[in-house]
Amino acid sequence: MAKKLALIASKGTLDWAYPPFILASTAAALDYEVSIFFTFYGLTLLKKDLNDLKVSPLGNPAMPMPVPMPNFIQMLPGMESIATMMMKQKIADKGVASIEDLRTACLESGVKFIACQMTVDLFDFKPSDFIGGIEFGGAASFFEFAGESDVNLFI
Amino acid sequence: MDFAKEVDASGLNCPLPILRCKKGLSELEAAQVLKVIATDPGSVKDFNAFCAQTGHALLQLDQDGKTFTFYIKKRAD
Repeated sequence: MAKKLALIASKGTLDWAYPPFILASTAAALDYEVSIFFTFYGLTLLKKDLNDLKVSPLGNPAMPMPVPMPNFIQMLPGMESIATMMMKQKIADKGVASIEDLRTACLESGVKFIACQMTVDLFDFKPSDFIGGIEFGGAASFFEFAGESDVNLFI
Repeated sequence: MDFAKEVDASGLNCPLPILRCKKGLSELEAAQVLKVIATDPGSVKDFNAFCAQTGHALLQLDQDGKTFTFYIKKRAD
């Protein structure tokens, strides 16, 4: 019987978008059955438009920067966009997949996406904001597959 | 070595070489051989792990500088 992987994706920044999609697509390639429960800011990863995914050096001291940058400069308007642009450039230069590509790879290999209904209501998201082929559910629907999974991760 | 299909994953980083390999294998019949070219230095360990977990056979691994070539035989279903 196939192994099963259950992930919770709770973060909505460009950098933290990677771990759930990399692990899910790879597990699917290893013949796992995979489900991801997207909650809170993780719901951003299910939007049709992924341009909301940004990365900020502010409050993120481990982020490698070309030159050392104090926090008060990182808070200037436009710094987040510049950091995001630089990160996307680096991703492309290094042959790292885009989030769009990894998400498509997940869907094509049968990874199940579940959007947290409570967060959708909380943030007034519209179902039409999201890509097709996803399900909506609550904590109980997470445990429906997590309870019988071999690997469970909260990201 | 004879192979039925070739996948070039040069310049691609984790997990893309594995994903391309999986896709390539899905287009083959059992016992046919897939050739995969990769430049990701982590791919050697990853392809070994992929084959160990899925039951496909890693027949041969060649290294030419920073380029790795894998020959993988598809498992019987």
